[in-house]
Amino acid sequence: MTDTAAPATLRRTLVRDQAGPSPDSRVGGRRRRLTPGTPVPGRVVIGPLVLLGVWAAGSGLGLLDPRILPSPWSIVATGADLVDKGTLQRDLLVSLVRAATGLALGLVAGIVLALVSGLTRLGEVAIDGPVQVKRAIPSLALIPLLILWFGIGEWMKIITIALGVLVPIYLHTHNGLRSIDSRYVELAETVGLSRSAFVRRVILPGALPGFLLGLRFAVTGSWLSLVVVEQVNATSGIGYMMTLARAYGQIDVIFVGLAIYAVFGLLSDTAVRSLSRKALSWRRTLAD
Amino acid sequence: MATHAGGLTTVRSPVRIEALTRRFGDHEVLRDLDLDIAPGEFVAILGRSGSGKSTLLRAVAGLDHDVTGTGTITAPANLSVVFQDARLLPWSRVLDNVLLGVRGPDADQRGRQALAEVGLEGREHAWPNELSGGEQQRVALARSLVREPALLLADEPFGALDALTRLKMHVLLRKLCARHQPSVLLVTHDVDEAIDLADRVVVLDAGRIAVDVPVDLDPARAHADPAFGQLRNRLLRHLGVEQPA
Repeated sequence: MTDTAAPATLRRTLVRDQAGPSPDSRVGGRRRRLTPGTPVPGRVVIGPLVLLGVWAAGSGLGLLDPRILPSPWSIVATGADLVDKGTLQRDLLVSLVRAATGLALGLVAGIVLALVSGLTRLGEVAIDGPVQVKRAIPSLALIPLLILWFGIGEWMKIITIALGVLVPIYLHTHNGLRSIDSRYVELAETVGLSRSAFVRRVILPGALPGFLLGLRFAVTGSWLSLVVVEQVNATSGIGYMMTLARAYGQIDVIFVGLAIYAVFGLLSDTAVRSLSRKALSWRRTLAD
Repeated sequence: MATHAGGLTTVRSPVRIEALTRRFGDHEVLRDLDLDIAPGEFVAILGRSGSGKSTLLRAVAGLDHDVTGTGTITAPANLSVVFQDARLLPWSRVLDNVLLGVRGPDADQRGRQALAEVGLEGREHAWPNELSGGEQQRVALARSLVREPALLLADEPFGALDALTRLKMHVLLRKLCARHQPSVLLVTHDVDEAIDLADRVVVLDAGRIAVDVPVDLDPARAHADPAFGQLRNRLLRHLGVEQPA
């Protein structure tokens, strides 16, 4: 008897609990929603802006030593200075081209490898293992080898970035592709889809959510690799600018470089996220 | 292995299943089964779970890749399948789902027409997720019809729908079958559904045909008709359900 009585009491208490302090109580018995609620507009920039405000306040009140952390406006001034001299644009362009080329190469390689490995048994045998091995070796640990193979020129940098991009793209695309419901494969068989139509209509859109997740990691990863390759050995680029600034003790130039990495990293991630939302508009998820 | 003849058959050819045996491991799911379906005939297959009715349908559809067995199936090449789930590609809009694998210059027009036939005019650009279960299943019907199949295979197509929606779907399916005249093989566990829709009802039991009866009722299939009740009771008995006298 007590066994059945206890949960009943518990249930009643829960109901009262919900109706009492819940902000929804005036609407009557509406359930507390389990999703986070309506999205806040500009949610990506609010956090960074608050941080910037705290920083500006600290500098303005003289709480921060400018040799340790220069004020935001002195960094902006230094940035403007570098733009006037023309060096910032040049270094930025060089960095962007490197990152974009590496990203593009890694993307193509990752997608092709994921498709071949996911759609053929031979490909799975030949590709999946080696990529998993590659995954266990950090791309940056390959830099000494890549320098010996490709020298210290542009290709070494681009290939390092591409190798870093390839892994997340491959992993997530391959996983997305493998988790496509087999019922859709059966459907494709019954409607007599050709191999190419099957890939176009079922495989690619089915693997798209995985690919886009991989793309977010890849884009962030490409910036990471960029920073490292530009600080190891370079004669141009944002990383080079920062390395030089360290040698001359120009802390505000270092911050200009960091700000650029932050802004472009954030911009590219936002771009990928908005691309995801558009491309996956057919999905209804928790975040929407 | 199974042989699938019939790639070159004409549009209005019959379905012929001969000595069909299907095995999962040591378990024989279909045993030496023979079944003919005339052009334009509507055959319903009833059976308890595990009686082999889905296995039979999948064999006719050519979907049983990893199943061992023997026998001959002659079926029209242009067959189409309606599954229990609507099985719409969630990333394709409704019209694109209907036209999956359909080619030709007038494909778009035909797809719209098929959607209009199932009462979904104007929903061509909706996502499948935006539709109700019944609407999704109607899209699946349109997807089958647009191919003008000589044989329509339906595997418990209304099993996941609520009772009212199911009745509406019955009316729709009868209308569509009358207009397009395909042969139909309907797998169901619903005796009333089988009698309502089919020209002939076959009961499968342990991989064999237990009963094969024509439905000789007036076209309206009034449930109040004593003949309806008699047939219903007879089929239920073969399905192992004893009716009170």
